[in-house]
Amino acid sequence: MSVLVDKNTRLLVQGITGKAGAFHARSCEEYGTNVVAGVTPGRGGEYFDHKIPIFDTVLEARKITGCNATMIFVPAPSAADAIVEAATAGLELIVCITEGIPVHDMMRVKGIFAESFQNPPILIGPNCPGIITPNQCKIGIMPGYIHKPGPVGVVSRSGTLTYEAVWQLTARGIGQSTCIGIGGDPIHGMTQMDALSLLNKDPKTEAIIMIGEIGGSEEEEAALWAKQYCDKPIVAFIAGVTAPEGRRMGHAGAIIQGSQGTAALKQEALRAAGIAVAPSSADIAETLITLLEKQ
Amino acid sequence: MNIHEYQAKQLFELFGVMTAKGSVVTTAEEAKSITSGFLSKEFVVKAQIHAGGRGQGTFKNGFRGGVHVVKTADEASKIAEAMLQNTLVTHQTGPQGKLVGKVLIAESVDISQEYYLAIVLDRTSAAPLVIASREGGMDIERVAQESPEKIWKEPVHPLIGLQPYQSRNIAHHLGFRGKQFLAASTLILNLYRLFDQSECMMVEVNPLVLTKSGEVFALDAKLSFDENALFRHESIEAMRDTSEEDPREVAASAFHLNYIALEGDIACLVNGAGLAMATMDIIKHHGGEPANFLDVGGGATEEQVTEAFKILTQDPKVKAILVNIFGGIMHCDIIAQGIINAFKTTKISLPMIVRLEGTKVEEGKKLLQESQLPLQTASDLKDAAQKVVAAAHASLPHSCSLIS
Repeated sequence: MSVLVDKNTRLLVQGITGKAGAFHARSCEEYGTNVVAGVTPGRGGEYFDHKIPIFDTVLEARKITGCNATMIFVPAPSAADAIVEAATAGLELIVCITEGIPVHDMMRVKGIFAESFQNPPILIGPNCPGIITPNQCKIGIMPGYIHKPGPVGVVSRSGTLTYEAVWQLTARGIGQSTCIGIGGDPIHGMTQMDALSLLNKDPKTEAIIMIGEIGGSEEEEAALWAKQYCDKPIVAFIAGVTAPEGRRMGHAGAIIQGSQGTAALKQEALRAAGIAVAPSSADIAETLITLLEKQ
Repeated sequence: MNIHEYQAKQLFELFGVMTAKGSVVTTAEEAKSITSGFLSKEFVVKAQIHAGGRGQGTFKNGFRGGVHVVKTADEASKIAEAMLQNTLVTHQTGPQGKLVGKVLIAESVDISQEYYLAIVLDRTSAAPLVIASREGGMDIERVAQESPEKIWKEPVHPLIGLQPYQSRNIAHHLGFRGKQFLAASTLILNLYRLFDQSECMMVEVNPLVLTKSGEVFALDAKLSFDENALFRHESIEAMRDTSEEDPREVAASAFHLNYIALEGDIACLVNGAGLAMATMDIIKHHGGEPANFLDVGGGATEEQVTEAFKILTQDPKVKAILVNIFGGIMHCDIIAQGIINAFKTTKISLPMIVRLEGTKVEEGKKLLQESQLPLQTASDLKDAAQKVVAAAHASLPHSCSLIS
């Protein structure tokens, strides 16, 4: 077992004919992901790389190919619409890679998810690297070769910082169960807590790495949840100790507002919940190894 | 993105949010003629810069105060003359100060009562939230801590927006009655329309006031906009005043680079916002001070990387550079080529430590080796941080290294 994606995932790529969409659709397929369809409005009836059928609408793609997950590369102005299109077409997992979606658009997406669905689909992102179950399924833009199957689940708000942590694990011979990048936008789908809960339930996951950053309060909420419900060891890292107040640090959601959302507050909340906090980004894997040796 | 006070006033007028009458001027003559048309007995003359603390600020020509209350058109004109095209230094501008190009002249208001009113996009509920308090003109965080019962929070439905009955609940909580109750409710609804239609992250009115003559005014406001939505709000994007921003940040944004200037002496160039922050942190962790945040993004071109180096090396404080790339979308060979070009075009004389990992890392390392440039490579992040901190501590001041 694994979390959300595996060998049986049938992937749709929305925006498959764009530059990034095409590049990453190929890279996911090369990794072994079962890419069954693409959507680009106006290009229905064509084939991507002579083999993957392209459709005008997600509904049509779903009916004909039975796709159950989607990876979205649609440009920011239309990406919120693409998310809702995928949700109403019945896809169970929506991974939105697109960066720069207006935050009022994402607010409406979440509003529609809450109003229109008894069981809304799982949304990962936007502005995220995606999700990968090593050697089974990669949905996203992460470099596949740095991963290796194993017992550690990873969840993160940052892309490259996740690769850093994964690489530290792999270089030490420790594999990963599933790695989830939840994205750096202030309003997004899956939260740190949602991801912890999924990894906690997954029998293949034995330990968890959670990577957070300044802004918002998801790490604090995840810490409270973990203290009560999580029975697996967790190592956390928070980026942005040196970030100035009131500035958006690249990610739209990475901002300290007044005294809220600082790295120090988050680290404090994590430690109070019994979570080991890595002192620097270079020590994430080592902190986990030390923690596991103690247990 | 932030805007000037006079621009916020223009938006308020556009959306029917009542505020004190005022106009912006760029010359002393204009100041005189504008003021003559006002009805109040007193006027406020305010220097238009983004920084706070204007009232207590001092101009570099010796003139004191960026906010003055005057009684005649002549006085208004004299004050405007003293402010315009002069540099105002406040506790927020830094010692270099800000050049005042525009002055706002507004009718002075006799305040009977001050309130706090804000609309924010709340991350946790993923919906707008109206926050109101009778404690106006105060730090709302302190009010929230010391007397949370004084703060009214009205959650807004993300799909249908603020409803009229909700604006009445807020006005009632603030204690408005009669005509003022209706005026305050309308002001709150119109402020929400502004928040919604301009796609704000936050609108903060502090203070909202009841005047002695019984009017309800949004007297001062802070608006912040979602930069990702500006593509569909040309008129708001046009309000951007780049002279208010750090010139290096403006230059970086022209090349779609995310750059934020900091106080330290170790420059860093990183791909990805999280890794860029973590790189700043690890520099500090090993005893150095980061000079900047710089995220070159997921799909940077050679040209962007070259521009990024130009911006980094323009900072005279910088003593060493750390390049930290973990290639995902970004290919390490592109970064390597960018480094090589930057050395050619910008004559970098500072110590540089490069750490590459990820997609096409071997090609990238090979390019750097073949270029025979004077740079150090690092095997991992810790190694890179230790090397760059050592290099910065060992280096001579920047001016000397330029001569060499």
